Amino acid sequence: MNAFTKLTASLATAVALMSGVSANAELSLAGLSAEEQGLAIAKERKTRDIGWGDSTSAVTMTLRNAQGEESIREMRMKSLEISDDGDKGLTIFDKPKDVKGTAFLNFSHIEKSDDQWLYLPALKRVKRISSRNKSGPFMGSEFAYEDLSSFEIEKYTFKFLAEEQVNGIDCYKVEQIPTDKNSGYTRQVAWLDKEHFRGQKVDFYDRKKSLLKTLTFTDYKLYLDKYWRPMQMDMINHQTKKSTELNTASLAFKTGLKDSDFNKATLKRAR
Amino acid sequence: MNKQLLIASALLAANLTQAADFEISGYVGFEWREHFEEGQFNTPSNKQADRQIGLTAEPEMVWSLADGEHTIVFKPYARIDSEDDERSHGDIRELSWMTYGDDWEVTAGLSKVYWGVAESQHLVDIINQTDFVEAPDGEDKLGQPMVKLSLIRDWGTVDSFILPGFRERTFPGEEGRVRTGLVIDTDNAQYQAAEEDAHVDYAVRWSHTIEDYDLGLSWFNGTSRDPLFKPNDTFSELVPFYAQINQLGFDLQATLDSWLWKFEAIYRTYDDSVKSSFDQMGQTLEDFTATTGGVEYTFYGPFETVWDWGVLAEHQYDSREDGSLAIGQNDLFLGSRIAFNDVASSEVLAGISQDLDSAGTQSFVMEVATRLTEGLKFNVDVFLPMSDDDENVSYQFKRDDYVQISLNYYY
Repeated sequence: MNAFTKLTASLATAVALMSGVSANAELSLAGLSAEEQGLAIAKERKTRDIGWGDSTSAVTMTLRNAQGEESIREMRMKSLEISDDGDKGLTIFDKPKDVKGTAFLNFSHIEKSDDQWLYLPALKRVKRISSRNKSGPFMGSEFAYEDLSSFEIEKYTFKFLAEEQVNGIDCYKVEQIPTDKNSGYTRQVAWLDKEHFRGQKVDFYDRKKSLLKTLTFTDYKLYLDKYWRPMQMDMINHQTKKSTELNTASLAFKTGLKDSDFNKATLKRAR
Repeated sequence: MNKQLLIASALLAANLTQAADFEISGYVGFEWREHFEEGQFNTPSNKQADRQIGLTAEPEMVWSLADGEHTIVFKPYARIDSEDDERSHGDIRELSWMTYGDDWEVTAGLSKVYWGVAESQHLVDIINQTDFVEAPDGEDKLGQPMVKLSLIRDWGTVDSFILPGFRERTFPGEEGRVRTGLVIDTDNAQYQAAEEDAHVDYAVRWSHTIEDYDLGLSWFNGTSRDPLFKPNDTFSELVPFYAQINQLGFDLQATLDSWLWKFEAIYRTYDDSVKSSFDQMGQTLEDFTATTGGVEYTFYGPFETVWDWGVLAEHQYDSREDGSLAIGQNDLFLGSRIAFNDVASSEVLAGISQDLDSAGTQSFVMEVATRLTEGLKFNVDVFLPMSDDDENVSYQFKRDDYVQISLNYYY
């Protein structure tokens, strides 16, 4: 019954994770410390993603174990940008079939913990759930909840490490150390392309400081002439050899969603 | 009534399939319930079931019209039980039309509504009748005729209900388990209201979220979903009696980091005429208060796993003196659940309920669930009621221990 007791984070903001914009102004990092440079890069990345408004999307996750056996997850998401706080998200699960109709409402916050509700269709019950779980697997996948939440400056301390190429693209290599003590990571290393500040690759290090997972972003598409979104994200777990491929089947912005589309009543009637 | 509804819905289905987005989903299930002890109420002419095999089906048909502005849902349910005729039954869980605007929503038809926050019992949840033959936990519900209007405002949501028509509770038959010593005569239920099951009930509920607190306040006026019982003329069976009640309900959950604090309370009143008629039969019927309160704490990723391990404790209180009327009078429920967060969504829930007024009365429940392949869900349910106190209502179920295995295929 409680397969999702600890869902977090709308995947739509997930897709927003690591994205950039098409402005071309070169970021000036001269004369700054490595920490200041890292912060400047993160701020630029965040600034370029303001103003997307709202979105609807459909996503498929393909879970693969070390033997290559696959399991499919399908869900649809609605997201609303909130200008002075975290975003609001409504996620509806279509697959696996036994959880069809289960829905998840998330009000993310920058300063305090997120508000989350889960709708269980068999009982018609809406349950308020704790948003404390950051490091647990999302739907049994290699994505943790924290991997899928929206990028916020306050969630990390930054340090610029180097300029490196990823798949032939010039990137900033930035270390991100989570500020939340409940994070499952001691550090992340992210590569953002210098032109659009889009995530190209992230390495995740576990609580024992060993390399745990690598996330790569491919097939970026441009929306509203401003917002880049990856159509495919691949998370590989180096320790278990499991992987999860997350594909965006459809995505649309400025669909007319309002604040009144995100509450316990809309959660209950979500289909 | 059900036949007419079925025909009407079949016609509706045929018409709508042309004009709207149509989707069908649901499940079919196989169930094997094994009892380890002989029935307590076996007689030379009647034997209570030792093994029950069940087949279940619950398809859900959804028509979505005008870009989702109108939704029609049809969800019938059927169970065939190998032993208990009363448990073989069908129901229309849902046959409803729903539409909505920015800050309002209307539902009309047969539907289901859930109120409350507690886990061990569901006091404030009163709209739908319990389909008790399904399982002793009372979480299965019958479809309820209703017109529901929801107003969604900044200061909370108000749900108003007109409930035309009443559903009687289902009870296991003579050959079934988890039954009372005297069989319940469900064919001859009595009512306080002259309109009987056509009495129109009303309910209203305000609910709101204030920061970390989710709260609800509700009022119900009409036919009690919990029957009272009268012996029949020959004292061979119990006759359900459905009284008129007023009930106030309150529920609150505080969600504070890894802690969930939960509280539910009801206050129920009966009419004086019913109280005095029960007095004359030597049964005390009084207005009463009942509460469930408790806490749930979850450890995330304990012992270097990716599990969520929750522990919960809830206390049940009921102000009625007469021990035959309620199970949760002064009872403590202790439980634990683990979500393994694996690909198969495996989960285990186990709990024990101890009657604090009767050291020898307790029950153990366990639920295990996992996904075997895409669409195929495997469940194990264990129910072990115990009692050495023949004054206690649970004494009647003391030999109804069972282990149940079920397979449900979702499509």
